[in-house]
Amino acid sequence: MALIAMAAGFILILIGFYGALTNRNILRMIVAFTVADTGVNIVMVTVGYLRDRTAPILDNAVPAADAAARIIDPVPQALVLTAIVIGMGVTALMLAFAYRFYEKKRTLDITKCTELKW
Amino acid sequence: MIRKFAALLLLAGIAAIFMGLLFTYEPDPELNTTARYYAERTAADIGAANIVTAIVVTYRGLDTLGEVTVLFLSAAIVGLVLASGRRKKTAKERTVTPAGELLATGSTLLAPLIMLLGVYVFVNGHLTPGGGFQGGAIIASGMLLLLLTDPLKHFSHTLIATVESLSGILYVAIGLLGIFLAGGFLDNRILPIGTLGTLFSAGAIPLIYSLIGLKVGAEFSSILAHLSETEEL
Repeated sequence: MALIAMAAGFILILIGFYGALTNRNILRMIVAFTVADTGVNIVMVTVGYLRDRTAPILDNAVPAADAAARIIDPVPQALVLTAIVIGMGVTALMLAFAYRFYEKKRTLDITKCTELKW
Repeated sequence: MIRKFAALLLLAGIAAIFMGLLFTYEPDPELNTTARYYAERTAADIGAANIVTAIVVTYRGLDTLGEVTVLFLSAAIVGLVLASGRRKKTAKERTVTPAGELLATGSTLLAPLIMLLGVYVFVNGHLTPGGGFQGGAIIASGMLLLLLTDPLKHFSHTLIATVESLSGILYVAIGLLGIFLAGGFLDNRILPIGTLGTLFSAGAIPLIYSLIGLKVGAEFSSILAHLSETEEL
């Protein structure tokens, strides 16, 4: 189970990198980056998964006394919560810059951006 | 062609590293020391039923303050990038096709309910899955539904900015209170911890997470409003 989820995460990262490297359209590159972002999050959550255990929320089913034997690792989940929010902020920034790029160049083709080319 | 080949070569290299990671991965049989500490001490020290919330808001509260700051910065930069050096076009100059009957009726019914769900999610962040960030995102999705129905709708930037700065200031003020009344910055024990699993428990966590929810909702809404108010090219 953990292996399947982790493999899916790695495949998503590879798909995202492939899209970002081969596409020339900036919007497609942004979409590819979000796909890779999702893959990284899946891999991080999977690392915290332990077999036959439940979510790290204490209630009648998971009393506080034997929580350590019943729950999965809560730290990667807290990390991924951060990563998702920051990923959203970065995506919004990329879209805003893509808009400015289009406004200036009237194209979304990254190969037309030659100022820094040498 | 060469470009694509180089990209595929690079991806093959990364895939090889991933394969190595994947096939040598062995899940831990037990929680590691950090996770064990959080699992054993959360109920007594923090009083939050949701251990992830206890980590995000209290144990690693300073990191969350940093995260909220990063989000604020990205929202501010989106506003700056989209607004700088542009002639302000009033909403009336833009023409859009009216939304369909289903979307218009559905959004008047659903938008308030979605916002209510967002508030529920961040108020119960210490008890159930969810919390300030998720609740804020749900509130912003309600805003998005309103914008889809009427793209010319204008959200008050003053209101959004006021909500955002007030909740940010209160968040830091509660954190500072922790230094004087409890063990340190962002300590949740400035209020009684209460019984595990009830709404008024876990000290200041419900308060802090509600403020984070309002702040995140306001930031996402301001990003949405800025993106929707940029003129068509």
